Amino acid sequence: MIKVEFLGPIGKESIEVEAHSISELSEILKLDPELKPWLDNSAVAINDTMVNDTKMTLKDGDKVSILPPVCGG
Amino acid sequence: MEIKSLYFLQYVVADMELHNQALDVKEIFGRWLDEESKSNYGAYIPFVGTIRAEDDIEALSFDIYEPILKQWFDDWQAKAEKLGAKVKMAHAIGDVPIHTSSYISAVFSPKRRVALDLIDEFVEDFKANAPIWKYDLINGKRIYAADRSTPMDGAGLLN
Repeated sequence: MIKVEFLGPIGKESIEVEAHSISELSEILKLDPELKPWLDNSAVAINDTMVNDTKMTLKDGDKVSILPPVCGG
Repeated sequence: MEIKSLYFLQYVVADMELHNQALDVKEIFGRWLDEESKSNYGAYIPFVGTIRAEDDIEALSFDIYEPILKQWFDDWQAKAEKLGAKVKMAHAIGDVPIHTSSYISAVFSPKRRVALDLIDEFVEDFKANAPIWKYDLINGKRIYAADRSTPMDGAGLLN
């Protein structure tokens, strides 16, 4: 299982899912109509490191963070 | 290092600090100046972000994801070091009233040109990629500032 956490304004509790890649996780998250609008413009981190490749694999115990658009300052 | 408002200081690593209240700009800039007083930097360029009164907001409010903010900042510190420079920043978490400061940063460098270029790049990348989320406080409601927010580099990976 991997843990998925939704940061900032997404306002959704963390979930645990079975997924072995970013693309597989994408298919799972798209099933949630509340999440779908956020997926277009959110960035992704695995175990607190930003990633930019859908082929990234996931392993049991990984934490995936979903980061919506930002505005510091 | 002397920190007068220690009670409100939630988090501090080398040269980056997060406060649970509006920033005490004079205290922080003064402290940074003292810290580097013997470092032989020829230029010190501060940047202050102040919350303006607009659109009937009472305050702005901020969420921060600290682990990735620290990595983002460490990458910038490494980039600055290669130029012989140093960056520092402070940001507020939670509610920050209008006419007070939520964000300050500074660059120290041996000569002015590096510091002038670096403060520009650092502040712009901060706006684009630091994992911080802004909300307007209007009539006691916390409203995500979606129209002023920017997708981070690599956004859309799960689309």
